[in-house]
Amino acid sequence: MSKSLLIISRQPPWAGPSAREALDIALAGGAFDLPLAMLFLDDGVFQLAPAQQPSALQQKDLGANLQALPLFGVESLYASARSLQERGLDQQTLTLAVEVLDDAALIALIDRYDQVITL
Amino acid sequence: MKFAIALFAPPHAPSSRRALRFAQAALAGGHEIVRLFFYQDAVHNASSNVVSAQDELDIPGEWRDLVRQQQLDGVVCIAAALRRGILNEQEAQRYERRTGNLDAPWELSGLGQLHEAAQTVDRLVCFGGP
Repeated sequence: MSKSLLIISRQPPWAGPSAREALDIALAGGAFDLPLAMLFLDDGVFQLAPAQQPSALQQKDLGANLQALPLFGVESLYASARSLQERGLDQQTLTLAVEVLDDAALIALIDRYDQVITL
Repeated sequence: MKFAIALFAPPHAPSSRRALRFAQAALAGGHEIVRLFFYQDAVHNASSNVVSAQDELDIPGEWRDLVRQQQLDGVVCIAAALRRGILNEQEAQRYERRTGNLDAPWELSGLGQLHEAAQTVDRLVCFGGP
């Protein structure tokens, strides 16, 4: 049986390639049909914020790549309720369909996966 | 136990030293390291152009010696490497750069190598995340 992998993405989309490189791990794993999930935590939840203007920073739109996650078979997508709340983000306006988890549920989530990568 | 080690930090970051010492301790303890995977800024650990002062630790040099001596599978993510200027000769020629700065024992390859390793080991141990 395949081992499951949870990717915890903690960086905002504007702080260098970290967010994109975390996403690339998920997309690569999805292409191999592996059981994996992605959790947006801390500043990583900014990746889900609506109405971003990456072109103002001459950056590509990470949001478009995030939309590819379900297409690559990565459908287990989560965000931390606390991280969203601390940053004033309304879960109704997020650009990706994620399950919002409280701290207790986060602990249970991390516990469920065989391997965890935090970026 | 079978380990895979993923490193995300550059050579001067404390996590690079910790990953190196962990790898050495794991091998000394009779464990197996199935693969090293360098991603993000860790690709600089595989550069042959890092020059460390004589009285300072030479982390890239120690990694290179460890991989050679123990015949480890040392994989550097090609996408992360290219955007940080880490190229082997083949990539240097492909992109018409003057010279490469990554050679044996390191191998440039894709993220599939990280997933494959994660599938085959008992523990994937990561160093240098945020």
